[in-house]
Amino acid sequence: METMPKWADLILTPLISLLLAFAISGLVILAIGENPWEALKVMVTGALGSSYGWGFTLYYTTNFIFTGLAVAVAYHAGLFNIGGEGQASLGGLGVALVCLSLPWPGWWLALPAAMIGAALFGALWALIPAVLQARRGSHIVITTIMFNFIAAALLNYLLVNVLRPVGSMDPSTPRFPAETHLPSISDIMAGFGVSWGQHTPANVTLIVALIACLLVWMLIWHTRLGYEIRAFGKSEPAALYAGISPTRIIITAMMISGALAGLMAINNVMGEAERLLMNSVEGAGFIGIAVALMGRNHPAGVLLAALLFGFLYQGGGELALWTSIPRELITVIQALVILFTGALDNMVRMPLERLFLARRRRGAR
Amino acid sequence: MDFAIVLQVLDGALRLMTPLLFACLAGLYSERAGIFDIGLEGKMLMAGFAAAAVAAVTGNVWLGLVAGIGASVALALLHGLASITFRGNQLISGVAVNFLAAGLTVLLGQRLFQLGGRTPSLGGEARFGPVTLPFAETLRDVPVLGPIYAELISGHTVLVYLALACVPLTWWVLFRTRFGLRLRAVGENPASVDTAGVSVTRLRYQAVIICGILCGLAGAYLSTALAAGFVRDMTAGRGYIALAALIFAKWRPAHALFATFLFGLMEAIANRFPNIDIGPITVPSMFMNALPYILTVIILAGFVGRAIPPRAGGEPYVKER
Repeated sequence: METMPKWADLILTPLISLLLAFAISGLVILAIGENPWEALKVMVTGALGSSYGWGFTLYYTTNFIFTGLAVAVAYHAGLFNIGGEGQASLGGLGVALVCLSLPWPGWWLALPAAMIGAALFGALWALIPAVLQARRGSHIVITTIMFNFIAAALLNYLLVNVLRPVGSMDPSTPRFPAETHLPSISDIMAGFGVSWGQHTPANVTLIVALIACLLVWMLIWHTRLGYEIRAFGKSEPAALYAGISPTRIIITAMMISGALAGLMAINNVMGEAERLLMNSVEGAGFIGIAVALMGRNHPAGVLLAALLFGFLYQGGGELALWTSIPRELITVIQALVILFTGALDNMVRMPLERLFLARRRRGAR
Repeated sequence: MDFAIVLQVLDGALRLMTPLLFACLAGLYSERAGIFDIGLEGKMLMAGFAAAAVAAVTGNVWLGLVAGIGASVALALLHGLASITFRGNQLISGVAVNFLAAGLTVLLGQRLFQLGGRTPSLGGEARFGPVTLPFAETLRDVPVLGPIYAELISGHTVLVYLALACVPLTWWVLFRTRFGLRLRAVGENPASVDTAGVSVTRLRYQAVIICGILCGLAGAYLSTALAAGFVRDMTAGRGYIALAALIFAKWRPAHALFATFLFGLMEAIANRFPNIDIGPITVPSMFMNALPYILTVIILAGFVGRAIPPRAGGEPYVKER
């Protein structure tokens, strides 16, 4: 029997968890001697108060949509992919190799090719943990964590020893050719004669991210594979009994997840930096965990949660600029969101269920 | 390579393995009781900060140690609350603990010291000094054994010896006491422990608290013994390496000693020789840094013996009604 109506499960519980997380974040700001209300005002003005702020907010949102979707897809298969960070940095390697290897005539051809490169490298980086989980029973959480570190070491090596141009001290690839430059949102808006978000990194990748949301939604709820992924995630023995191959589902779900994480690289590597830098992912892979948890692993939820974290990320940068609150406040908020919407979910859920049950009993009488 | 360099590297390995050993044993208690803990990193970081901050303010390293343990136990209890009382996902809770520590240490550090997340550097009484074992100086001139005793075995901080002592102690507690038997049982089959009339919740909280204390020691060692003060993100993945060592050790105390020594040795070698020449190829330092993780994946893959975790690990216990 359902103890709670669907809207309460999908909207009310995450909302209460979120409010709790923000309330405690406010207390943390108070504890370090700052005014939470002022801090919120700085964040809202900085992130949403101008098209300039929005440009950055949407740029971060794009990153988090990809990493959030990556965590969500794996989660539907009952797999917790903490490896988004490593998969996204390998995606960056894929983008860099594609952009630097061929003379591209224009971004319209370079973009699909770079997407394939990013997705392929991300998927391959998720493949090894997936195979180990499926075939050898090694715990995917541990292997993906280990693969984050291995990815960092690998990129460190490649950028310092292999990809770095001769004579440069910077551990990074050369700048990508100008033909691979992706149109920014402000360029697109200028095409319509609107001046919006000048000098911001939000680019055409945002549209790719929105399409990805739609495709993931179709995949999970409107395809046979999606059905199998969900069935497997709900109950492995039941899926096995229904003739679904666990190996196939684990490997497919993890590769899709890795590909999505890898695709983030077209935003930060191709769209913004236009070369592959050390530590290009900057924790976005981990923020994907919070985004997926908050978005209840639904693409629409992921989109909203990514927007929230995009706002927090840009707002946090503004805070560090204008107040004495370090931007690590965002890490704390991120931790609290993960804690309340993920680990302490039952703390909010159990009293709510009791409340709804009591109401229903009264209604029945 | 001469004898002195070998001694130096081994000495470094002993220093670097200590935080790994504390954290590895911490994870051992927790996971043996059925609570997965990927929050070792966060607890160490928080403890490192609290220990260095209190030691810097009071000038007393022992007060710092107490504060470090306290901070780590607080996070451990949070993990316990989420994973035992509210039956939440232990992995997610661990991730949250790690981020909470990463953020809070910088926030509080900036508030207290305005040094960009660092604590002032520690010296004198605010830091653990080396302990010279008896006769270390007189025996130094004895060939071979003298330098080994004086350089390698003597001259570490008290926490190094404590960590080493924790290994037999942990073995004894887990395999020779009633508490240890119950702790292991609760990680394998909590229902049977419950049937015997022993509280699963209580046992698991005890395990989580022991885990917190040991992580506290690991963190305090990092900031007040190995280094002279806290810098942001100073654990630098050691919590995860400890986790790797725990799997490598197959959840056994004596093996943990070996595994953490191996990982400590790798780090010491990577520090001493950034690039190793083996004839035609040069092994880059990045490879040495990644080696613990690569080895763990190989172990997990079951190519070198099988690592079987405690059976009830990661699953919240729901008492039947």
